[in-house]
Amino acid sequence: MKTAVSRAAHHGAHPVAWWGWALLLATAASRTANPWLLLLVVAVSGLVVTWCRGDEPWSGAYRVFLLIGAAAIAVRMVFYVVFGGADGATVLFELPSVQLPEWAAGFRLGGAVSAEGALAAAYDGLRLATLLVCVGAANALASPRRLLRSVPAALYEVSVAVVVALSVAPQLVESVARIRRARALRGNVSRSPANLMRTVVVPVLHDALDRSLALAAAMASRGYGRASDIPAAARRATSAFLLTGMLGLCAGAYALLGSATPAPVAWSLLACGAGAAVFGIAFASRRVPRTRYRADVFGGRDWAVLLSGAAAVAGTVLSGIAEPGTLWPATSPLAVPPLPLYAACGVLIAAAPALLAPNTSTKAGPR
Amino acid sequence: MIDFDRVTFRYAERTILDDVSLDVPEGEFCLLVGTTGAGKSTLLRCVNGLVPHFTGGTMTGEITVAGRSVRSSSPADLADAVGYVAQDPLAGFVTDDVELELAYTAEQLGLRQAAMRKRVTEIVDLLGLSDVRGRALAALSSGQRQRVAIGAALVAGPAALVLDEPTSALDPGAADEVLSALHRLVHDLGVTVLLAEHRLERVVQYADSALLLQGGKVTAGSLGEVLGDSPVAPPVVRLGELAGWAGPPVTIRQARRTASGLRERLAGRAPAAAAERTGPALLEASGVTVDYPGVRAVDGIDLTAARGERIAVMGRNGSGKSSLLWALQGTGRRSAGSVSIEGGDPAALKPGRRRSLAGLVPAEPADLLYAETVAGECEGADRDGDAPAGTCAKILADLVDGIDDRTHPRDLSEGQRLALALAVTLTAAPPLLLLDEPTRGLDYPGKDALAARLRKLAEAGHCVIVSTHDVEFVAEFASRVALLSDGQVVADGPARGIVSASPMFAPQVEKILPGWLTVDEVAAALGGADDGAE
Repeated sequence: MKTAVSRAAHHGAHPVAWWGWALLLATAASRTANPWLLLLVVAVSGLVVTWCRGDEPWSGAYRVFLLIGAAAIAVRMVFYVVFGGADGATVLFELPSVQLPEWAAGFRLGGAVSAEGALAAAYDGLRLATLLVCVGAANALASPRRLLRSVPAALYEVSVAVVVALSVAPQLVESVARIRRARALRGNVSRSPANLMRTVVVPVLHDALDRSLALAAAMASRGYGRASDIPAAARRATSAFLLTGMLGLCAGAYALLGSATPAPVAWSLLACGAGAAVFGIAFASRRVPRTRYRADVFGGRDWAVLLSGAAAVAGTVLSGIAEPGTLWPATSPLAVPPLPLYAACGVLIAAAPALLAPNTSTKAGPR
Repeated sequence: MIDFDRVTFRYAERTILDDVSLDVPEGEFCLLVGTTGAGKSTLLRCVNGLVPHFTGGTMTGEITVAGRSVRSSSPADLADAVGYVAQDPLAGFVTDDVELELAYTAEQLGLRQAAMRKRVTEIVDLLGLSDVRGRALAALSSGQRQRVAIGAALVAGPAALVLDEPTSALDPGAADEVLSALHRLVHDLGVTVLLAEHRLERVVQYADSALLLQGGKVTAGSLGEVLGDSPVAPPVVRLGELAGWAGPPVTIRQARRTASGLRERLAGRAPAAAAERTGPALLEASGVTVDYPGVRAVDGIDLTAARGERIAVMGRNGSGKSSLLWALQGTGRRSAGSVSIEGGDPAALKPGRRRSLAGLVPAEPADLLYAETVAGECEGADRDGDAPAGTCAKILADLVDGIDDRTHPRDLSEGQRLALALAVTLTAAPPLLLLDEPTRGLDYPGKDALAARLRKLAEAGHCVIVSTHDVEFVAEFASRVALLSDGQVVADGPARGIVSASPMFAPQVEKILPGWLTVDEVAAALGGADDGAE
């Protein structure tokens, strides 16, 4: 048991806990347009990521999502300037305006750009950016391999495929570097696409093919895909349940988003679909002959991480009741938005994982 | 335990195994011997059904392992009867973590968690992996990786273990780790081991019996009998044949006991010292340093070399040999220091000019080859090097004959492919020639041919630098040895002095007859002695 505990400490919190925490934080962010609160959420996620992430390849994902978030704000602003939006009294500048004809949906292009409208667009963009950053935090914190190990046994084949793909990606990068160096040894510096195709892409693909054959042979000789004694009827029934479930989920989601179907019908479709899918997975998992070496235990610390995320949501709910108006600050007339206290406290509590599950792993290993 | 009954295997029109019958008894450590391309890998893969289930081809006859018929089961079904370890462990790893990799087969077999933990712990202890148990596979040394691969094949408790060249890519120290772990398995667990290996000098002492695969036929027998008739044999066997020892002895220990007569015959003689003619200085490197994130691979190395020198850069895996070669050539990274070849710094030149100063054949010679045919490759090399048409083809014909122009470079044998890569590199006529681990995958005749070619190039005025941990190849080839450790040169001098002083890098003949490095030297001295007596 001792190894399990020390390994857990080494590996940080459960990946499901990290995803739960990040999604709760994102939920809190989606319930407000208050810039202070949104910036606080970004700061908290950044703090937790810097303290808790490991040194795996995906740990750099957070920075990428920060950039995507910044791009989202920029795109939102450009859209406001070009297509217009909320009007206001304080006109910053005037763009030549074009009214599109009725068949082009009657958009107005250009026109007056007001400070109020720009501010509203900036708040909106910031909200979207914050959601993206929360997803980025989950990506940086949760090991995709450990997450896949927590999937139900029935989805084992899928998870193996993803795990293999994850290990192939770095190998591909390494193989490109090797082949490009060899190309320099031949004195080949041509940048023409045909030459690159022949001297880089083809050898890399050749390498990848060789490697995947070697891996497939190794997996086969280690028992992957052993004939299992599941009766064919049971296998077919499982597939049927899974398929029906997926169809139900899709139809339900479509009905829910569209306005033509009455809500109760849509909800029941969704529920039936989810039920069939869950039953199918559970039914199939019971019959899978494989076992797991070490199941990731969802422990007390993982619950604490989840709860800290929930505190952020609770804070926004409280603020919504006790301090109405602070969550969605008015932009017209222009004013410095107030800080919703309860929500801010909730988001601060969500920073607790930085202390609960700091990264303690060291980059070790002989070369 | 492993039983072949009149097995014939054909792939397309080529017969690879021709009416093979053999029986490896329980608990035996059996060595499979043969030249490159003789079909050793095919035979090994037959044992767990990868051939023909995975490769296609036509097979007749019957194979049984531990009483189970291979014909009627797939490789996956046999996972608990046969453990198969491929040559490159990294290519066969499914997960990225030592413990999970070890448990993988057990998970597939559906072992209970408690049983699995116990089994994994036993394997970890047996193979001495307890220090690295929680590590990522990528952080392991090559010897540790190979032991993890063996452990992963053993977790299901198979009765037979099949290994395809487990130590070819390893340095002598790591190979010893792996082989002594195997030795323990055979003695403690009674596992039957069938192993193919090019570097026989490493494994012979651990084996009980041998199989020789030649022309699709298998001959079985004791180690001495089989290796005595084999076209591939370690130096100790060839020395025994030369001296007419009965047996012949296959291990250093046996040979030393019988060597006193030969020592007396050689007393008072010294190996014919080849006149070392070295030309003008060619390479001057000082303070060469190569840094990778978190690692200093090469740490301030000074090296000078002259035309006509044959230098072997030796050292354990990860001691910085490859990084040094790439930095000297100028294409690889160099963080500090200076390199000058005939007065010019290759790193400052364009790749096209650089290769006419220093040519490098990488560890994977196929990386240099792109064309669909050998002829196309040669024409391309002439174009790349602005050489007159036919230059590369002529160099190739000088290096090795009998290559069909229309063959695809990937279909050549290892030795032929290396010769083609060498010809492509030499088309630019570089005075400095660098080869990174060229002997991987070459059998003894292939290595002898390579050493002879490189000696000829050095006589023609090239300076040849080879990075390798193949001790026997160094004895055949090198005039000078530089020993690397942790990125620094720890010894540099004439080959004879350096290798005879090193317990890890001494060739077999040196261990039996101190002062002598190769069988050919001894043969020449004895030949001279006999002439003198008559």
